[in-house]
Amino acid sequence: MMAFKPVILWTDALLFLLVAALLAVAWHVGRHEHLRAPWRKVAESRTGMSAAVLLALFVAIGLLDSLHYRPRLASDGGTKVYAVETRSVFDLLVGPLRTQVEKTYSAPLATHLFSKETVDLPGGGQARLYPRLAYGGAHLEDPQRDRAADLARRTLAGLGIAALAWNLLLAGVTAWQARRRDETFGRTWRALWAGETRLPWREMLITAGVVLAVAGPVMAVAGHYHVLGTDKVGQDVLYLSLKSIRTGLVIATLATLVMLPFALLLGITAGYFRGWVDDVVQYVYTTLNSIPAVLLIAAAVLMTQAYMGLHPELFDTVQQRQDMRLLFLCLILGVTSWTGLCRLLRGETLKLRELEYVQAAQAFGVRSARILTRHILPNVMHIVLIAVVMDFSALVLAEAVLSYVGVGVDPTMISFGTMINAARLEMAREPMVWWSLASAFGFMLLLVLSANLFADAVRDAFDPRLTTRSTTRVLFARLAARGRT
Amino acid sequence: MFGYLIRRVLYAVPILVGVNVITFALFFFVNSPDDMARLALGGKHVTAEAVEKWKADKGYDRPLIFNAAREGMAQVTDTVFFQKSARMFVFDFGRGDDGRDIGYEIRTRMWPSLAIAVPTFLVGLACYISFALLLALFRATYLDLAGVILCVTAMSISSLFYIIGGQYLVSKLWNLVPISGYDTGLDAWKFLVLPVLIGVVGGVGASTRWYRTIFIEEMHKDYVRTARAKGLPESRVLFGHVLRNALIPVLTGVVVVIPALFLGSLIMESFFAIPGLGSYTIEAINNQDYGVVRAMVFLGSFLYIVGLVLTDVSYTLVDPRVRFE
Repeated sequence: MMAFKPVILWTDALLFLLVAALLAVAWHVGRHEHLRAPWRKVAESRTGMSAAVLLALFVAIGLLDSLHYRPRLASDGGTKVYAVETRSVFDLLVGPLRTQVEKTYSAPLATHLFSKETVDLPGGGQARLYPRLAYGGAHLEDPQRDRAADLARRTLAGLGIAALAWNLLLAGVTAWQARRRDETFGRTWRALWAGETRLPWREMLITAGVVLAVAGPVMAVAGHYHVLGTDKVGQDVLYLSLKSIRTGLVIATLATLVMLPFALLLGITAGYFRGWVDDVVQYVYTTLNSIPAVLLIAAAVLMTQAYMGLHPELFDTVQQRQDMRLLFLCLILGVTSWTGLCRLLRGETLKLRELEYVQAAQAFGVRSARILTRHILPNVMHIVLIAVVMDFSALVLAEAVLSYVGVGVDPTMISFGTMINAARLEMAREPMVWWSLASAFGFMLLLVLSANLFADAVRDAFDPRLTTRSTTRVLFARLAARGRT
Repeated sequence: MFGYLIRRVLYAVPILVGVNVITFALFFFVNSPDDMARLALGGKHVTAEAVEKWKADKGYDRPLIFNAAREGMAQVTDTVFFQKSARMFVFDFGRGDDGRDIGYEIRTRMWPSLAIAVPTFLVGLACYISFALLLALFRATYLDLAGVILCVTAMSISSLFYIIGGQYLVSKLWNLVPISGYDTGLDAWKFLVLPVLIGVVGGVGASTRWYRTIFIEEMHKDYVRTARAKGLPESRVLFGHVLRNALIPVLTGVVVVIPALFLGSLIMESFFAIPGLGSYTIEAINNQDYGVVRAMVFLGSFLYIVGLVLTDVSYTLVDPRVRFE
């Protein structure tokens, strides 16, 4: 008897397919020295790897949030009844965040609602006052007296656990490195903190430490308070922000997945075959490119929206409708955004096809399809990779703007865009409801910034034409030289 | 030169036809006019007469691309495609759902859009190029490092944040300019300052970084080394040689957007309630006024293609190495 029924949404399936594909690629790269070399350079980048730690955390949250299921309701007499609502493993893990819903707005860590209400006094009569929250600080007897002490106690406990976890992590990493380097624990420890390990372990561990130092207290407090307040319908803003990560990740990765085949196939064939193939491909991408991106996306989304409105029978649950719309959005973003990469690939292939090794292959009578996959494709992969990582952050940012315009994700879906959209209407309130906006923008900044920094590290490692070495490296090399003289 | 121009313009025609076909397919094949009528009238239980009346009102009561019931040219002209899409080639956009002439709306609404887009564009360009030059001049120093870090951070912030933050800080907290709105004539300036400022600030990260890369790439070329070897001061090298050559790639990226300035910015205009083309488009999207959206798509593509032709022309003007083929 299963207590739940797994639900695999389309985006879940694609996301995990993508993870599997990435693992396969990683395994393939790991077995080939020439493919591994640039990745090693990425792994040696200090900012890149610190960003990667943060990014890994976001991806982990996003993936946990992609394991969906429908819990079983109390079954009456053998028939199994499953809840209409689809939940994710992430929802299960953060339990109270999802269920502790207040009436309406409340400020971060507040114990009272944000707006006054008429309440019946116990001794008879009524009064206008700020009512206590149903969950936030509900365990306190006298919030005014006890709140600060209670918060301090919980924060300290959280920090303590975080410190413990960080020390365990430190010890684990050092012991593992000591084994790999075949050195004593003490010497490895010193090397690690002196920044002499090949991978920037020091920076990565510091990043992990900062993450733990924030996450620990937040986790300790979140069960009894709304750390980032609540929104209009009383939902915890921290929960909404964390759920938005998945939406952002899905859009950023799946849109790329859709875009890649178009760009690769058309770009390479146009560059390689030239002639009429090239003419057709160039015509198609100039035409698509000439339509303003937002308008093309808007038109396409409006049409799918109309289509989904006309065919409500296609979707069982609200989540399925949301998911279908998200998938369509990814498709549309992918179909409208392949032109830039396609042009780059065409240009590079035009250059590659004149090189000796390609001409030699042609002279030997190798079939075109084989030349394309064997000789051209591997040699344009660095362009593809750089474009993909650079697009990632742009797509996360685009989601918010599109949702604002009204052509983004389903309005009932939790995303940074819908959060900002809802909170924007409260700008005029006095005093202002700032926490929804601040957390949406804050989480978005963290996600996009870490993606950007990682993308820079990848570009520095993979772009052979990059004549300018990264500023930081030049600067540090100079400082080091100055120190030596 | 003249023949080259003619060829470029002629090349644009098939692209515009393509745009037209794509938009037509998107708006009429994904959902048929009957579906759209049912959706607009609400729900499944709509009478056939109501659907026909809706289609007749909108002018959709014709076959989509081929009218077999008519004779001669009318077989092609008396269709939805010809009446609604092909007419855009002569800039006849028809009427929106509110019954107003779309062409007239575009002509009156483009001025507010231009009033914001042109200053944003010019001030922005000047700022970004100066910042990028500054960073390039002090490359591989702490100033450059700080600049690059600032740029990456600025790039990572949502454009919505700049708008909301700017409105809150400048209009609400400091009370310097009105939050939103528009006025005719010269009084409009106080409504324009904030959108222009935010537009410039919002683009600073990505643009400065992009121009810095272009400048630094140019600084590694051989002629720069020659100039330095001759003993020219660094400022002369930078402003006399690098800047002029680096402006060529900058130009190609910039000229193409000039015509599109007419369209204004969707988000900026709707946040600041400026009656330009951007807010017109947003309203149309929210009201699902497909006639207006189609017109704006066509106009946008047309302006982009004008931009492409202008880019080619400007290339030949600034770079004597480019020849007309």
